[in-house]
Amino acid sequence: MHHPIARRVATGVTAAAIAALVLAGCTSTGSSTIADKAPDHLKGTVSLWHFFNGNNAKVIASVVKGFEKKYPDVKVSVHQGQDDEKLQKAIAAGQPIDVGISYSTAIVGSFCSSGAFQDLSPYIKRDRINLSDLPTAVRNYTEYQGKRCTLPMLADTSALLYNKKALATAGITEPPKTLDELKADGLKLTTYNADGSIKTLGFNPMIDFYENGAGHWAPMIDGPWLSKDGKSEIGTSDAWKKLIQWQKAYVDEIGYDKLKTFTSGLGQEFSADNAFQKGKVLMEIDGEWRAGYARDQAPDLDYGVAPTPIMTGYGKYGASSITGNVAGIGKGSKHPELAWALLKYLSTNTNAQVQMANGVKNIPTLKSALNSSKLQATSAYQVFIDAAKDPNTKTTPATSDGASYINTFQTWWAEYQQNGGDLDAKLKKLDQDIDNANALAGP
Amino acid sequence: MVATVSAAPGRKTVPGRRPVRNRAERRRRLVALSMLAPVLAGLAIFFVYPLGASIVYSFTRYNQLQSPEFVGLLNYRYLFTQDPQILGAALNTLWFVVILVPVRIVCALAVAGLLSRARAAAGVWRTLFYLPALVPPVASVVAFVFLFNPGTGPVNQLLHAIGIQGPLWFNDPNWSKPSLVILGVWVMGDIMIIFLASLLDVPKELYEAASLDGANGPQQVRHVTLPAISPVLGFAIVTGVIAALQYFTEAAVASGVASGKATVGGGTAANLGYPGTSLLTYTEVLYVRGFADFQFGYASAMAVVLFLVTSVLLVFTMRRIPMFRAGGAA
Repeated sequence: MHHPIARRVATGVTAAAIAALVLAGCTSTGSSTIADKAPDHLKGTVSLWHFFNGNNAKVIASVVKGFEKKYPDVKVSVHQGQDDEKLQKAIAAGQPIDVGISYSTAIVGSFCSSGAFQDLSPYIKRDRINLSDLPTAVRNYTEYQGKRCTLPMLADTSALLYNKKALATAGITEPPKTLDELKADGLKLTTYNADGSIKTLGFNPMIDFYENGAGHWAPMIDGPWLSKDGKSEIGTSDAWKKLIQWQKAYVDEIGYDKLKTFTSGLGQEFSADNAFQKGKVLMEIDGEWRAGYARDQAPDLDYGVAPTPIMTGYGKYGASSITGNVAGIGKGSKHPELAWALLKYLSTNTNAQVQMANGVKNIPTLKSALNSSKLQATSAYQVFIDAAKDPNTKTTPATSDGASYINTFQTWWAEYQQNGGDLDAKLKKLDQDIDNANALAGP
Repeated sequence: MVATVSAAPGRKTVPGRRPVRNRAERRRRLVALSMLAPVLAGLAIFFVYPLGASIVYSFTRYNQLQSPEFVGLLNYRYLFTQDPQILGAALNTLWFVVILVPVRIVCALAVAGLLSRARAAAGVWRTLFYLPALVPPVASVVAFVFLFNPGTGPVNQLLHAIGIQGPLWFNDPNWSKPSLVILGVWVMGDIMIIFLASLLDVPKELYEAASLDGANGPQQVRHVTLPAISPVLGFAIVTGVIAALQYFTEAAVASGVASGKATVGGGTAANLGYPGTSLLTYTEVLYVRGFADFQFGYASAMAVVLFLVTSVLLVFTMRRIPMFRAGGAA
């Protein structure tokens, strides 16, 4: 108490703390009222923040040109290569972002509940936008607790990719439809070197391999995630338990160490050395983007695509998991009407959606675009499109802490596949961990 | 009384002089303060304010987009009793403090010792050992993960050629941390060069005197070299401990590349810690909670705890290093 320096430091820290609180308290929720009628004429400059780079950014630029052509007095100021972290910081710092595009549905909970993206309902109601043109799952992942603050802008689905030549050589006439068939075919296709190590793998059951993971495997069993009150349903789900047991048994049958050694030597997923493209893994769960990569990096690869195999009695064949890009109007937007016009164009204009899907090789998020004759769909790509249209296709629910619960599950599963243990006890602990994290994050 | 009388004439002059002295003093202080101002402003903006803000936010639920909501000790309760990742991450970080820091210092010291005795091409050797420190951390980690790739990397192929089955290195939870230590040793040039300068500064007369007293090589190192370079040694330990407590880039990049799912932006958080959670460090968890899970309140609580742990560790370390003690070697 008698040390002046200590007292000064304490005073300084207190002052800084108070300043922090005051500054933090200055953040507004950015609610705004809109005109009763959409403006007859649009004029001005509207900013668009998106994460695309390279060729994909050029595709977006060409779509934006279409918008500018439609509204000659509107200019779009495009900020490309802005990932979610930058977007969040910019909005938090009060940057007047008109339209922001995120690559992840994980931000929907946070951005909707916080008001970082404005509520779009008034615009949708005023302009009588028909949201029934959005597939149900897509509609679900673009809103949070009934609040629609985003619209979709391209999506990803998953399916089984298989090496046609390898399957034919092994006498397998059609791709597996059930998990039992997947395992049988996968083991049949697996070959070994003289020293017992794996030479080629029919199917890699390691849960942390490439696109394997709880999200993409959920359609195998139509697995539940969270209850309506936000509690984890994974640990109490018979379907998840059976899938985890199936996966663990598959890993153990080949041998964890052998699989780990083999997987460790494979090339990067998003490179020309991708194991499926190189013929080292003959079947895999992957997304529609693989078609684009394979076309560019492995043009001679003869592969087919089929819906994700399912566990008999649980999954619904043809369904997929679906997530995608979302777009919204920033809370600090200075030109909300222009922003709404641009957002509406990108998300609800069939031609714009088709143009983007053809360029980026992702899945359009309008039923009209999915059914469009202008959509350049190869037979492989068509499976992913059909999956997007499937009524049983589901998404992962939004929470205020993003994809935290999926990552927790993923980490848990990787640990279980290596070490095993009391599955029931571990599942119970998993639920507890997810619930605790969700409680910490709040509603 | 005498004093009073003699002081009386002075009374007239003192009030007249004091303002002059005070003005000069005030001006001198103002000049000093204006010179210090940039540093003080930097300290206030970049240290005091973030520290204060972190402490305040640590008692809130805060996602950067809404006003913080006061939640009392909820974040700290979750941190110490519920977070399933925190213990493993803390132990991993501690591992780097206890193993990586001493190994790097010992190796850097040994190389500096050898280089200080180099007679021919000393400059070339110094450059060669220092050069890796100039490679950006991300590039060096990527290169190492490819070199140590169990399937295609030259290291295991070389080991295989001499009949040794190499480990999975960055893909094996038991080898991932030691692999990063190997990397840490490779890029030890930053501290090696300081050790070398310090070793070259040790007066030769001390060695001659020790030699005349009958001290052998190890005794000369213990009683002459180490005391002479203890300030530099202390500096290396303190900065090494701080860096290890904040270990992030190397571990994060190694996890991303070794997992085979290296990407930029979305998805990076999901790969942190690979293989398993063996490379998950405290600061990685902090990053994920803050920037992937939107929990800045909780991330602030983690930052406050890290700050306290760092402070305690540093006080503990510094009290054991003579240069930091009053009247120490420095």
